Amino acid sequence: MEQVFGRPKALSEKRLHYCPGCTHGIIHRLVAEAIDDLGIQDKTIGVAPVGCAVLAYDYFNLDFQQAAHGRAPAVATGIKRVLPDRFVFTYQGDGDLASIGMAEIVHAAARGEKITVIFINNAIYGMTGGQMAPTSLPGQKTTTSPYGRDINTVGYPIRVAEMLTTLDGPAYISRVSVHDPKHINKAKEAIRKAFEVQIQGLGFSLVEVLSTCPTNWGLSPREALKWLEENMIPYYPLGVFKSPEEVSKVGA
Amino acid sequence: MAERVMMKGNEAVAEGAIRAGCRYFFGYPITPQNEVPEYMSRRLPKIGGVFIQAESEVSAINMVYGAGGAGGRAMTSSSSPGISLKQEGISYIATAEVPCVIVNMARGGPGLGGLTPSQSDYFQAVKGGGHGDYHLIVLAPWSVQEMVDLVGLAFDLADKYRNPAMILGDAILGQMMEPVTFKSEPIDPKDLPAKPWATVGLSGERKPNLINSLGLLPEHLESINLRLQEKYKKIAENEVRFEGTDVDDADLVVVAYGTTSRVAKSAIDQARKDGKKVGLFRPITLWPFPTKQIQELAAAGKRFLVVEMSAGQMVEDVRLAVNGEASVEFFGKLNGAIPTVEEVYREIMSRF
Repeated sequence: MEQVFGRPKALSEKRLHYCPGCTHGIIHRLVAEAIDDLGIQDKTIGVAPVGCAVLAYDYFNLDFQQAAHGRAPAVATGIKRVLPDRFVFTYQGDGDLASIGMAEIVHAAARGEKITVIFINNAIYGMTGGQMAPTSLPGQKTTTSPYGRDINTVGYPIRVAEMLTTLDGPAYISRVSVHDPKHINKAKEAIRKAFEVQIQGLGFSLVEVLSTCPTNWGLSPREALKWLEENMIPYYPLGVFKSPEEVSKVGA
Repeated sequence: MAERVMMKGNEAVAEGAIRAGCRYFFGYPITPQNEVPEYMSRRLPKIGGVFIQAESEVSAINMVYGAGGAGGRAMTSSSSPGISLKQEGISYIATAEVPCVIVNMARGGPGLGGLTPSQSDYFQAVKGGGHGDYHLIVLAPWSVQEMVDLVGLAFDLADKYRNPAMILGDAILGQMMEPVTFKSEPIDPKDLPAKPWATVGLSGERKPNLINSLGLLPEHLESINLRLQEKYKKIAENEVRFEGTDVDDADLVVVAYGTTSRVAKSAIDQARKDGKKVGLFRPITLWPFPTKQIQELAAAGKRFLVVEMSAGQMVEDVRLAVNGEASVEFFGKLNGAIPTVEEVYREIMSRF
């Protein structure tokens, strides 16, 4: 009998530590499926962040380096420059990438570094217990914005995909969501395209994935999916912001 | 015949690194070490290497972490304030056991400090520098020739022990010109021993390679630390390097490294002419420190004078080595003032 569904080879057997309803698990699978589809498991090196996904190296059957908070794009740069024929990706959350690691991501993008960044935006610091992130929404309550994010004192959330799109370096930038199966399929397409961009040597690629954090949002998994759809997508519009023609048809 | 050329210390350390098989350099401009990245930016692209001027010292050291983890001989250089910025990355690199070389052409601190030479980064270099229990292998050249010799040794030791190594120079050693001889043939990186632990992509049946410094469970973290300490013990047993001049019959031993040891050497030569029994002990590895050798000198009844361009840092390691068995005195110049031969000569003479 033909097997139609199974664990991707690039995913390990290890049980995920993520909270119930957290979408990291889905996104890990999408990354692993893309690696399997493209047949690049033996040439891939991942870079894990600091944050909930710090243990990502346990969940992938891949060589991995674990980076300091925010520094993954610099570490990935070092790896890729030594091994230009390998596939190098980082997996980073919003605190890691858009706060402490803003310099690293902007300059890796500006250099057109031939790496792929999977950027998980769940509008909050997960691992440290629900503090305000650079992507927390106006009015959003967190443990360090207990009265709601006040834009008059702490300013506005950062739209990373749009910001990086202003640079000439990136070849592919998109924003996707994983709040329902239709969007999960689109997210998979985007991740695959971003990977193709690197494999074809076209430049820097980044997929921003809107993700949930039911535990720190104080919502049930189902409510969290709804909250993402109703609150995050209006602020963080989905779509492809930049794409080279060479990959526009891949996976479409 | 071996090639002999005039070079600046900064250029020599760069050329020495290239000849040692270094093909990956990541840096950020800061005086007084700018000739290092400038030299690398000229040379590396011509020989299949990579030079990146990073957006910050922080990024530069993390690029080194990635490149070293991927198996390349990688280097960064900076000067004191920039080295402070690199400390987070150095702590990760030391814990993840990624070989690499870091050059510090030290300048006066603290804070933004000045541009003149200093030895006030000694503690930072030999006691770890960042968070946690770790050590770098720290080599202290005293000449442009030693810039070349020791940077090659630094790469070899870094690979041998999977440990970051530091060249601790200063503004004088980086800027001055001296003749240099390149004694050995340049190393082709392809001829270097394989690094089966490197993250290069899964091949064959092996398990994934992981370069990591996280130990969430207490017993895991303890095992990481025990492994590191075991390694440091081995390095301390096998890799101490020093030079003694006129030490055997000396009553007074001047302990100095780098630039200061050159000044001390001239002052000692003068004092010897005056019939004073004085010698020079020059640590070449600042970590591991030549503790045992200094202990032996103390046991033989010698007194010590430590000369540094700092408020007194290495003197603490000399006192630890001597452990109260002998007198240890200190003469220091604070950031910006290089001790003159006359000053050190006077200090020596006042002790006879």
